Amino acid sequence: MKKTPMLIIGGGPAGLSCAIQAASLGQSVTIVERSHSLGGQLVKQTHKFFGSEKQYASVRGFKIAELLIQEYEKYKDLIEVVLDATVTGLYPDKVCTIVQNGRYYKIKSEVIVVATGASEKFIAFENNDLPGIYGAGAVQTLMNQYGVLPGNKIVMVGSGNIGLIVSYQLMQAGVKVVSVLEAAPLIGGYLVHASKLRRLGVPIHTSKSILKANGSACVESIVIADLDDSWNPIPGTEETVEVDAVCVSVGLSPMHQLLSMVGARILFIPELGGWVPKVSECHETSVDNIFACGDLSGVEEASSAMVEGRLTGLFAARRLLGTIDNDESIHQDLISQLEGLRSGPFGKKTREGLLQMKEEGQC
Amino acid sequence: MLEKNGVPSKEQVISCFPESSILVKPKAIIECYQEIPCNPCETSCPFDAIKIGVDINTRPIVDTSLCTGCGICVTKCPGLAIIVASILNDKAIFKIPYEFLPSPKKDENWNALNREGNIISKGKILSVLDSRKQEKTKLITVEVSKEYLYDFITIGCPDER
Repeated sequence: MKKTPMLIIGGGPAGLSCAIQAASLGQSVTIVERSHSLGGQLVKQTHKFFGSEKQYASVRGFKIAELLIQEYEKYKDLIEVVLDATVTGLYPDKVCTIVQNGRYYKIKSEVIVVATGASEKFIAFENNDLPGIYGAGAVQTLMNQYGVLPGNKIVMVGSGNIGLIVSYQLMQAGVKVVSVLEAAPLIGGYLVHASKLRRLGVPIHTSKSILKANGSACVESIVIADLDDSWNPIPGTEETVEVDAVCVSVGLSPMHQLLSMVGARILFIPELGGWVPKVSECHETSVDNIFACGDLSGVEEASSAMVEGRLTGLFAARRLLGTIDNDESIHQDLISQLEGLRSGPFGKKTREGLLQMKEEGQC
Repeated sequence: MLEKNGVPSKEQVISCFPESSILVKPKAIIECYQEIPCNPCETSCPFDAIKIGVDINTRPIVDTSLCTGCGICVTKCPGLAIIVASILNDKAIFKIPYEFLPSPKKDENWNALNREGNIISKGKILSVLDSRKQEKTKLITVEVSKEYLYDFITIGCPDER
């Protein structure tokens, strides 16, 4: 069985940042990544990021992935990257089972950081399995990574930041965005993103959602309707809209499955995205030497995931190395970056969620 | 209503502008209505004319006595929420961010759009800047009639409508 001192599951913004931080402190690590490249969702983000300089503000997402990969290359002799490898099991003796190109094997590690991210939520409506109905992640993968148009005339369901940003990217690709629908009474994402769409003539409708899709081989039209205060469709407001694609962007749920399997304590905290592992202030789960960070421990922007990854890299390296040079200053810097990202009105949900997690007692 | 449809009210727009007398020279106009954790406008300004401070959620404030209207912040803002405006005789001249193809060219007349996406007039393209530092956000200088000072926000390709 292969052995490594520190194993990171997931090479997205959190996992990759975690590896870089740990390696910069002299700790050797192994990253196991499901896809064929590092960077996670960053590689399909074509918009400029918010945040401050330390989180690569004003740099486009795919460029941030390139910068992180460049930084990783500085520590190439300390970071081993295993690509196209899916972790299928995690056991209390810190053994991971891995499937890579049809081969099944195990890795045992002293310390494990789980940074599996989050998966997209979907909503129930009639015919929601018709071809042409996508999640926002799939639209970005097709369009921004592979240059394939998902459709010509599309309705976006959901006005969070992802829904608004992907609508703008669809327009950049030449797709007609008919409208953005939001079931809640107010727009969910940053209003600057909403204004960017509106000034280009895309209507954003709040208290409105999709009821059903029509079509035989693929989606040909959809029925939308106004919603009342309890989010129920108001009879008589139904309207049919011709489209050849629908994009659903209604939030993310943390991918806690490996941590559930290993018996880590999982809490339901809607403010953090649903089922999340209980972590200590050092991002350690209830299982000794298994840590969690990024969207898995609370859905936020990638900027926060990168800082959390670095922070968890520090904690994990500390566990293995004992004392670390400049530990206190690195720690303080990362903590204050996270506080900066979370202290405004858009960080309220995360702050409340983290407080709930703290009040849930010791791991 | 901004929170429902993305369109700020006229009062909200005007609150982001300095007095017209100041706009004899170009100045940055920042339409950042929410406290978002973000500060590239402040850090990119070579003249220290934009103030956010230690808490990056604070809304930016432009010091028009220091702002030269250079337009660097316009292409740095990830929310495309900054334009530069100035008044010259009966014309309003804007520098706006633009991230679409085809690119406008100097001396072309494009559709001038308001914040609802309606065509309000024609806008004459005075220049197109696309340096490497702008990271693919073009800086377009557009001239419209002065009466559209608080209405104009972007341009639309004339072939599309």
